[in-house]
Amino acid sequence: MGWRRWARTKSPWVFHFSTGSCNNCDIEILDCLTPRFDVERFGIQLVGSIRHADILLVTGSVNRRVAPTIRELYAKAPAPCLVVACGTCACGQHMFKESYHTMDPLDAYVPVSVYIPGCPPKPEAFISGIVKAVHTL
Amino acid sequence: MSTVLDTLRNAFPGRLLNCEERRGARIYCDAAPEVIVDAARELMDGHRARFITATGTDTRNAVEILYHFSIDGEGAVVSLRVTLPKDRLEVDSLAPLIKAAEWVEREIHEMLGVRFRGHPDPRRLLLADDWPEGSYPLRRDGEGGQS
Amino acid sequence: MSERIIAIGPEHPLQEEPECFKLHVEGEKVLSLDIQLGYNHRGVEKLAESKSYDQILFLMERICGICSTSHPFAGVNALENLVGVEVPERAKYIRSILGEMERIHSHLLWLGLAGHFMGYNTLFMWAWKTREIVLDLLERISGNRQNYSMFKVGGVRRDVKDDEIPSYLKELDRLLPALDLFRGAVADDPVVHARTKGIGVLTAEDIRRFGAVGPTARASGVDIDVRRDDPYAAYSMVDWKVVTGTRGDVYDKVMVRILEMYESHAIITQCLRKLPPGEIDARVKEIPAGEGIGRHEAPRGEVMHYVRSDGTNRPARYKVRAPSFMNVATNTKAVVGQTISDATLILAAVDPCYCCSERVSAVERRTGKRLWSGAELVRLSQDATRRLRAKMGFPHEISKDP
Repeated sequence: MGWRRWARTKSPWVFHFSTGSCNNCDIEILDCLTPRFDVERFGIQLVGSIRHADILLVTGSVNRRVAPTIRELYAKAPAPCLVVACGTCACGQHMFKESYHTMDPLDAYVPVSVYIPGCPPKPEAFISGIVKAVHTL
Repeated sequence: MSTVLDTLRNAFPGRLLNCEERRGARIYCDAAPEVIVDAARELMDGHRARFITATGTDTRNAVEILYHFSIDGEGAVVSLRVTLPKDRLEVDSLAPLIKAAEWVEREIHEMLGVRFRGHPDPRRLLLADDWPEGSYPLRRDGEGGQS
Repeated sequence: MSERIIAIGPEHPLQEEPECFKLHVEGEKVLSLDIQLGYNHRGVEKLAESKSYDQILFLMERICGICSTSHPFAGVNALENLVGVEVPERAKYIRSILGEMERIHSHLLWLGLAGHFMGYNTLFMWAWKTREIVLDLLERISGNRQNYSMFKVGGVRRDVKDDEIPSYLKELDRLLPALDLFRGAVADDPVVHARTKGIGVLTAEDIRRFGAVGPTARASGVDIDVRRDDPYAAYSMVDWKVVTGTRGDVYDKVMVRILEMYESHAIITQCLRKLPPGEIDARVKEIPAGEGIGRHEAPRGEVMHYVRSDGTNRPARYKVRAPSFMNVATNTKAVVGQTISDATLILAAVDPCYCCSERVSAVERRTGKRLWSGAELVRLSQDATRRLRAKMGFPHEISKDP
């Protein structure tokens, strides 16, 4: 295993982005950092910039205002950056699919490696999904 | 609650019609568009009312705006109903009187195409910048939907 | 642990929505604020018209994650106002229990954020850890930590198990020492006082002009609370009080929320102890033509739903007014004339439902040049606390960002 791959799998850096969500998934992702779930003991860290991210956690059903920025954001990520669709909205737009303000599903804009369905997925589900993503790095 | 009802009936004879109190302290009145600003002022100043929001509805031949006010001390909601014919979708803005009406009217404008005369900032509020002009999502007469 | 910049915005883990508060500044002073909405607009009102009344509450739950009880609560109140049905007593108590549990975990979430913005990351961790007590209780009652799907027209979907009530009460009492800790952390810390007193003041007249509601209004001494003013569920059947402040500054907004949690605890425990036997569902079979207006005092303030039925099984119109729609606008007043290092706290002090919040940046008024990103504004706020602590002779306690 090359040293880069070793670094990524030992300590995956995760960047979070909402494409227009109710916020439940976003809160549960954040919950993973808090003492009860404490993902930092697995080396998973939430970073403040896409440029440092190994994994992109995306929530939301892809809102018309946000859609143009998704590809831009992904383009700034250092390759390889895995995209994880967090929550049923990111997986398949949920009950917002037919809205006049909802665009195409997330995986029409960026390649998605892991889908974590749930409304919202529990923190355990997020951790499980991120670990699956890490194993494909 | 009869005091608010009576005040409204007396203050605007012939211009506020069909005033009734329904269950749960919900008062509804039909208001001629020309009196909405004065009626709002009467509620705000005379009854310490609080502006909650306004609901715009496409009722096929018209657009109806229901202005909702809370009389907190009474636990009541007073809703003044203004009906605008589709060939003349405009009414005086409440925004110069009530700051809280600014965003509410912007939303009704972009969703239903109503023009609020005298609104200080009639930009769209929620819809994306590239949403087509003249397309109003809550209209049901072919004026809504995506391009 | 390496340094990380935590930004407000798509890059910020603690403000979950893309944000657009644009502060116009000159030197250290904020001159004005532009607010840009719509990043989370999902056309819920239009979607509601294609849903049956059975389905609609599932949609309403998902307007806002942290208010996922509040919108269905206002929704059933509106539909029951239309139908004229009397909800069984037991269901009323269960509704209030759920509403108040949501208030506690919402306020704790916000308190953690406020702590983070001030640089007290321990407060963030403790507040969110304490939230788990409430989320576990909600999961035991409803089956889920979030999105409880407990509300239906005429009652609630699931019952509370009477033999579990002693255990619920025991868990709820674990909240009290934590609340005491948070109250002390705010009330007894001169640095917190310095960061929040007299900051971002809204007068009672401001509140009226903006139609602001909830703790944002009550902190300015405006004594409004739907639970008391227009009672519903079990709120008129238990003892509790409305909490108000006097100054309308950030400090009062923090304290009102902390003290409200004690009241919520009192409401829940009384409801659990007084829970009457009986039905939980009035079995409403259809919604006749008509109109209904329902309200609920959500953690952020009054939610109002208006529903219009034409006698079919789908609404002719469904209007949702969230409290943040009024509260967020108050920032155009609250932040003006304040310093840039206080801006983050002030913007957050109205507890914007993140479905309505937008990206933050600060631009120079004259040139429009972007001076600070949201991340940097949070850092400025945290630095302000550090400087104050140093000035007041406290040790450098602030931990790094999570």
